[in-house]
Amino acid sequence: MKFSEQWLREWVSPNLSTSDLAHQITMAGLEVDAIEPVAGTFSGLLVAEIVAVEPHPDADKLKVCQVLAGSKTVQVVCGAPNARKGLKAPLATVGARLPGGMEIKSAKLRGIASTGMLCAEEELGLSEASDGLMELPADAPVGENLRDYLGLDDQIIEIGLTPNRADCLGMAGIAREVALLNDLSVTPPVFSAADTAIQDKLPVRLEASASCPRYVGRVIRNVDVSRPTPTWMQERLRRGGVRSIDAVVDVTNYVLLELGQPMHAFDLGKLNGGIVVRLAEQGESLALLDGQTVDLRADTLVIADESGPLAMAGIMGGQSSAVSAETRDLFLESAFFAPQLLAGKPRSYGLHTDSSHRFERGVDFTLQRTAMERATELLIDIVGGQAGPVIEMVEDSDLPPRPDVTLRAARIEKVLGFDMAGAEVERILAGLGLGVTATNDGWLCAIPSWRFDISLEVDLLEELARVYGYNNLPVTRIRADLALPSRPESQLSVRRVRRHLGARDYREAITYSFIEPALQNRFDPEQAPVALSNPISTDMAVMRTGLVPGLLSAVLHNINRQQSRVRMYETGLRFLPSSRALEQVPTLAMILTGEREPIGWSSPVRGSDFFDLKGDVESLLALTGRAAEFEFTAAALPGLHPGQTAHIIRDGEVVGFIGAIHPSVGTEMGFDVPVYTCQLDLAAVLDSGVPEFQELSKFPEVRRDISFVIDKSTVVQPLLDEVRSAAGVYLKDLRLFDVYTGKGIDPKRKSLSLGLTFRDQSRTLGDEDVNQAVGQVIDLLEKNYKAVLRK
Amino acid sequence: MENLEKLAKEARAAIAAAEGGSGLEQLRVEYLGKKGQVTALLKGLGKLSAEERPDAGARINVVKQELQDLIGERKQVLEAAAVDARLAEEVIDVTLSGRGQGTGGTHPVTRTIERMEDFFSAIGFEVVEGPEIEDDYHNFEALNIPAHHPARAMHDTFYVDEHTVLRTHTSPVQVRVMESSEPPLRVICPGRVYRCDSDLTHSPMFHQVEGLLIDEHSTFADLKGLIEEFLRQFFEAELAVRFRPSYFPFTEPSAEVDIQCVNCGGEGCRVCSRTGWLEVMGCGMVHPRVFEHSGIDTERYSGFAFGMGVERLAMLRYGVNDLRLFFDNDLRFLEQF
Repeated sequence: MKFSEQWLREWVSPNLSTSDLAHQITMAGLEVDAIEPVAGTFSGLLVAEIVAVEPHPDADKLKVCQVLAGSKTVQVVCGAPNARKGLKAPLATVGARLPGGMEIKSAKLRGIASTGMLCAEEELGLSEASDGLMELPADAPVGENLRDYLGLDDQIIEIGLTPNRADCLGMAGIAREVALLNDLSVTPPVFSAADTAIQDKLPVRLEASASCPRYVGRVIRNVDVSRPTPTWMQERLRRGGVRSIDAVVDVTNYVLLELGQPMHAFDLGKLNGGIVVRLAEQGESLALLDGQTVDLRADTLVIADESGPLAMAGIMGGQSSAVSAETRDLFLESAFFAPQLLAGKPRSYGLHTDSSHRFERGVDFTLQRTAMERATELLIDIVGGQAGPVIEMVEDSDLPPRPDVTLRAARIEKVLGFDMAGAEVERILAGLGLGVTATNDGWLCAIPSWRFDISLEVDLLEELARVYGYNNLPVTRIRADLALPSRPESQLSVRRVRRHLGARDYREAITYSFIEPALQNRFDPEQAPVALSNPISTDMAVMRTGLVPGLLSAVLHNINRQQSRVRMYETGLRFLPSSRALEQVPTLAMILTGEREPIGWSSPVRGSDFFDLKGDVESLLALTGRAAEFEFTAAALPGLHPGQTAHIIRDGEVVGFIGAIHPSVGTEMGFDVPVYTCQLDLAAVLDSGVPEFQELSKFPEVRRDISFVIDKSTVVQPLLDEVRSAAGVYLKDLRLFDVYTGKGIDPKRKSLSLGLTFRDQSRTLGDEDVNQAVGQVIDLLEKNYKAVLRK
Repeated sequence: MENLEKLAKEARAAIAAAEGGSGLEQLRVEYLGKKGQVTALLKGLGKLSAEERPDAGARINVVKQELQDLIGERKQVLEAAAVDARLAEEVIDVTLSGRGQGTGGTHPVTRTIERMEDFFSAIGFEVVEGPEIEDDYHNFEALNIPAHHPARAMHDTFYVDEHTVLRTHTSPVQVRVMESSEPPLRVICPGRVYRCDSDLTHSPMFHQVEGLLIDEHSTFADLKGLIEEFLRQFFEAELAVRFRPSYFPFTEPSAEVDIQCVNCGGEGCRVCSRTGWLEVMGCGMVHPRVFEHSGIDTERYSGFAFGMGVERLAMLRYGVNDLRLFFDNDLRFLEQF
């Protein structure tokens, strides 16, 4: 809501500077978003009249004007197309300064002397663009300072109103607030009911009184719509952010800005029969004032005549009944449309107007007749005509109820934390227009028709706090009974995981939860992801079912910026639609590409591979203290390398995967280097245990190493598992310390070297114990794996 | 015996000239060993008369002792020299960088959330999380935002279907807490939220931390005290903080909180649009309708809620000037935190 400060000060004028006033209303909840001067900074401009125009002898487009300004006439060369005899326009006299600092001097234009400059609105900072001289009204006083004449020493104050404060969507409401904050009274404009010169009435029928409980109308005949809107009104509209259209529309908009009542004027001559306020019928359509035609839904209130809909009630008028240059007779509408029934409708048609903005939030339902009288008086002043009697149709039972609200003094203390004096409570509430009656323990308050946001005690508390000033309320510290929270030791914190990955040189990334459908499909074609019905763009259209695509995009972003080594992780939800219900699963993913270690002087530069990532994953899983519960089994997954991918399994359940990005997927996305990634259910990473102490053995351990050759395709993990069980109870550690293929080994075979460590809790193991265990291992390897021992 | 002095002189010279390795040991064997020359002299004492023997023995023993001492000293000198030589050999350039992995780190948003969690959990707030795809009831209805309420236009909502949205704030988590627990309650709810808006100053996804306190005697004054203190601790500065009336359907009275601009100290600059103030969060007393939805007795309990944008506070704290940097995941950005 924008308004002119000068206009406000006609209603109520506190002794405050513009910025202090802005601060005051901001701190009362009417947040000032901007303050701008209504015109550029200029001086030395006068109202002038062109008394003679001759063509310039040497230039086709220039004219030589004799211009009267005050007592003397000056000669001005001018190129504006609308420069003509009798026109009144602003003249910058010699010595004047225009916005931007340009000073006007005497000059010769193509040999003709010019002493001054006739100005356009744009040149004075009054509009964004103009196509000729600013045309001042015929009655503008020649010689008067332009700033004084147009009242340009004024500011436009723009406030951002919250949806509950519809009462301040008009000058009257803002003035009420300002008066209360400064303990002043309001001086509203004085106007009287128009004389009824004619008896013409139009029948009005309310068929949907729940949506429109009050409709006020009036016929005005013989208006002259060619008469211009007076400058003062045009200026107030401009400062209120409303464009001047014609006198009739301007008056309805003026009343909207002044009182907050949206109005509409119909061309009476285009109406067919009386007015019906009803819901639209399926199949009806309406050509709107903005040029578009809408198909009306049956839930939409319309103003209709016998031929059909004329206007979308409270939203926008129709073209066919609009006031035009030919209009002679008017039908003026001032109605109340119920906010809860209008709410959402304009948006559902893609419409939003000054009128719908107000009706959706709530217009004072007792204001319609007052607004009608105000508009009638202004109209007759400007365009003439004779007014008929006011037609008012009302369904009282459908008007918004305004039950009294009880305020208990004790609640002020309980909610606001301090005890407000009773006189102050009454001053504030009465100043807001509430009827206040003292009771035993507080007050009973009658709520005014313009407040749609006060129905509970707490609404009154808010008003008290707001007007008293939030910053004047006390400040205290919270007090509470402190209870120790539960902190299960068998649950790692996500923070622990973050610290661990950070220490292993992974950077946390945060990627969007919505991703490109094609990318999503590349890694999880089996699932139909949750799709947004209104995505912000096509590449952010579906909710991720995994974290890998987002991390891959983040890696690519960095590779494209000359980073060769990227190690990242992310935690967040993945969204899995299932037949039963959507699952939102806390997930961890890691990704790496590039050199194994930061490039340095001491180690050879080697690219990372699967086992770099696996090592990091294993170290993370070891945080649980339950590393043995995890296993990795070869798997094939979409988007990943079929020979370098594994499921991560905990206690028989798949809790994640690890793998290389499929080379062709990588190439398609723009990678020319291998990328490795893994994803884990966060719950499986966090589920750890409480340590259980094991007695330390006092006896020495015995280590035996064996090397053997087996088939190259043998998968190691099951072999190790079998070795572990064959080696018996004394085996304390089993380590695969070498895998060799190449020279000296059959190309179809590979050599493995195992280190076995034995120990007992209660005695020193003898050779025979260890030999027996190793013998069982060798038997197993020879029998089940056709292993050949290397000596 | 006449050779004793000559022998001693020879031996002294030989020991002084001895180098490392086995040289010194050979000299010890040569003079003092079982078959050594000094040992031989001692063995020869038996051939002397009883009168001569003590005197000769004493002289030989003096020489023997002297040679032993000299060998010991020489050994120490040689060992020290060997250590020095080894140390000289082992000099490294300690300014060369160390070996191994670098250090990663947390995203500035997470870093900021963790700081917030630390402040609030130190005074008994529990950290609670909730779903990001939310139903209309928890995101709107239960927070006193019925369908078609103009406040819904303040939230540019992403819809999955008519009844399902991407949560527009983390307040629904508070509703879930109120449904499942009994007051008194103190929780904060960090997490991702979504608004269908994207430009220089809006991201379709961002993070909020919301807090809720419900107790038998919590007041607006408590809320002011908590928020002021939090903001001063968060920015580690004695900032001016002001509370401005505002409107949220789920709180009443509601306030926007402004802090004195951290960039210019309130003088007015580009960051604060020359106002000297920065809007940093919203808060208010929990609306009785919200309590009613969750079955909390509005006569017995009162409470307050607050919510802040994590990126906004991180930008102000660290001087980040572009919101989009948070989701580009550019290492040059992430490595600064």
